[in-house]
Amino acid sequence: MTHIESLPAWAALLTALFVLIGASLTLLGAIGTLRFHRFFERVHAPTLGTSWGTGAIVISSMIFFTVLQSRPVFHEILIGAFITVTTPVTLMLLARAALYRDRAEGREDVPPHPAALRRKASSGGED
Amino acid sequence: MNRVLPYPLLAASLLIMWMLLNAFTLGHFVLGAAISMIATHAMTSLQPSKPRLRRWQLLPRLAAIVMLDILRSNLAVATIVLQGRRRERVSGFVAIPLELRDRTALALLACIVTSTPGTAWVEYDTDTEILLIHVLDLIDEDGWIELIKNRYESLLLEIFE
Repeated sequence: MTHIESLPAWAALLTALFVLIGASLTLLGAIGTLRFHRFFERVHAPTLGTSWGTGAIVISSMIFFTVLQSRPVFHEILIGAFITVTTPVTLMLLARAALYRDRAEGREDVPPHPAALRRKASSGGED
Repeated sequence: MNRVLPYPLLAASLLIMWMLLNAFTLGHFVLGAAISMIATHAMTSLQPSKPRLRRWQLLPRLAAIVMLDILRSNLAVATIVLQGRRRERVSGFVAIPLELRDRTALALLACIVTSTPGTAWVEYDTDTEILLIHVLDLIDEDGWIELIKNRYESLLLEIFE
């Protein structure tokens, strides 16, 4: 039940443009995950896919089905909303686990826990 | 009001979600309203903290700012990925002392910081009220503190507290 031929050219172009933007951003995010070297750098790359990567594909889907069915179709917004709300959960779990690991290993490139800093300051800097 | 609709915001969101997924008709409005009422009453046993929106009319402004910032940082991170190792880039942590205490506002800030490529929410300590974020392209540490505090936190403070 696809009527792509009944889609006007402007809508087809807009849909294609947004799909292309979204797909490219998601692909760049995947490449970034591969290219970056440290965990905390890698964590940034997939957010390309979860922000405007998703956003652009959602927009193109809304344009496509709104024009095709000649009535406003907005339920794709929910996809974007739920992805935005749930991404921080996994990200924080991963980031805090990595932070805990690095602190436990005593690595110098991660900041110490703020409470530990405060303890250090109140004990006069001797540690 | 409190008895019938313990969480008006949640009920409204559920109703909107129901109508988005089905259709904007009177029948679905009634059905969706009934379902969201039952669902919010089930929610009372969890006793979630109630967000207090003091100035909700600022929300569209915040949404517009955030959408634009996310678009900009998408392009910035995409460029970094494409440039590869040709450019020297320093990434690092930034500690930001927050004044924001409202849990909903903090959750919203977490969504903003996380959805923006190039910044990642790492840790928030409730005792010291210090937020730790990781920035992919760290040029100016104070600039980031200013950005989070002036651009997002001040608006969130106005909306929620």
